[in-house]
Amino acid sequence: MQFEWIQIPYALLTLFIVINFGLLMNALVAKIGARVGRRHGIPIYQNYLDLIKNYGLRSSITHGVMFYLGPVFRLSGGVGLLMFVPTIYGSIMFSNFSFAGDLILALYFIFFGTLGMALGAAESGHPHAALGVSRGLSQVTTAELPLALAVFSIALQYQTLSVTEIVAAQQGGVLNWTLFTNPLAVAAAMLSFLGSVMRPPFDVVLAPQEIPIGPPTEYHSSYLALMQTNRVIFPIAKMVIFMNLFFGGADNWQVFFLKIFLIYMFAVFIGVVFPRFRVEQSIRWFLIWAVPLGILSVVLV
Amino acid sequence: MKEELQKRIIKGPDGIEFEVEPMRDYYCEAAPTVMPAAYSKIVEDLFNWARSESIWILGFGTGCGAIEMRPLMTPRFDAYRYGVQWRPTPRQSNLFIISGYLSVKTLKRVIRSYEQMQNPKYVIGLGSCTINGGMYWDSYNTIKRLDQYLPVDLYIAGCMPRPEALLAGFVDLKKLIRSGKAEGANEYAENFDWYKANQKRVINDWDMPDYNW
Repeated sequence: MQFEWIQIPYALLTLFIVINFGLLMNALVAKIGARVGRRHGIPIYQNYLDLIKNYGLRSSITHGVMFYLGPVFRLSGGVGLLMFVPTIYGSIMFSNFSFAGDLILALYFIFFGTLGMALGAAESGHPHAALGVSRGLSQVTTAELPLALAVFSIALQYQTLSVTEIVAAQQGGVLNWTLFTNPLAVAAAMLSFLGSVMRPPFDVVLAPQEIPIGPPTEYHSSYLALMQTNRVIFPIAKMVIFMNLFFGGADNWQVFFLKIFLIYMFAVFIGVVFPRFRVEQSIRWFLIWAVPLGILSVVLV
Repeated sequence: MKEELQKRIIKGPDGIEFEVEPMRDYYCEAAPTVMPAAYSKIVEDLFNWARSESIWILGFGTGCGAIEMRPLMTPRFDAYRYGVQWRPTPRQSNLFIISGYLSVKTLKRVIRSYEQMQNPKYVIGLGSCTINGGMYWDSYNTIKRLDQYLPVDLYIAGCMPRPEALLAGFVDLKKLIRSGKAEGANEYAENFDWYKANQKRVINDWDMPDYNW
């Protein structure tokens, strides 16, 4: 695809829509979680207030250069992931900077933020941060395996590495979705999805009750606000990829919102039902249940 | 001063010897400064509104009053409705609830945690013990008046106050923050010497720098 300057404001518009949708959706999901516990839950606009407050705090301290760069890396991981995949299929405005080989780049961006966070949190020197980082890296690495296998399987199936072409191949009816043409790959990827959204049963990385909040222990004010922004963007960016690869993409914003919400609710429902895994349990779980599915899907294709 | 806090030479695993001075290396000594409000009044009002609606409490229970905070997280009282939530680390918290009696030993930890919180920060004294000592008025190892050691924004009287009283306290604190009157952190910075003198008078084993971080 040819680069044109008008793509930049279009991409920023996508980012703006996604941030607002994400803030509202996260609050809604928190409310649903609260209702499961018979609580009333936070107001729907609470995330905006938390964000403004954290940006508005007057003081902040630093632990070094990487401490600054950690949240920046994390945010650029989320924004980069979103920028290089097409959000709305068939729309020139919202196909962002997608190009022929963007699937590989997306796989790389998914891991990028985690690595940046690991470096930043390690520089803060807090023992809980180090514990959280070691748990997080080992869990994300294992959760990434089935996803990578599923993506290879899809790339083989459609004989392309371009997300746009994969979406194009799925048009024309629900039965053309990868969900039905390659169910094993979708199953492997959805199991891997559970491991990367930081919801129970795979949220031992943050675990506020055991290692006070893990990697971000030392992060505060604007640093924390940057990370909160990323926490809004990144899951959606990741779900955009899932939606494009497995669920037929979206050709307008209504379908986009609905599909993203439903994909997220899959993780939420599992999260409110199952208790938390310890990190060695979750790694074993991924290796036993998710990875064989991924291998099988590659072999069958 | 404790032995592990003294200046000493350490031999690393690779055989290189280096000097360690824990008081200097592990802490930052810069004293707090008064942080001005945002330049424009509209912006500061917006921030104050956001601060009042998003109160993050440090999960640190000092006395028996801590038991009154727990029901606030449960379905019966559910403080999350009011934008109140608990944070596990002082870096991310805005509100410190001194819940009940405060022994001198705990005061030391309270001061360290309080100083790690970011400006603006608020303190609530919960229960009679923080106002005048309460039932510990003649105890040798609890402090009697909290506001001699930390700038207190609000007291919630009672022994013990019910969780409903705490919720009412949050509403009052929100009014204070929104009107711009909850400037405890700047007060602490302005009267830093007075607060430090008071703290050092009761804490006998003072083995930390004057300001932590």
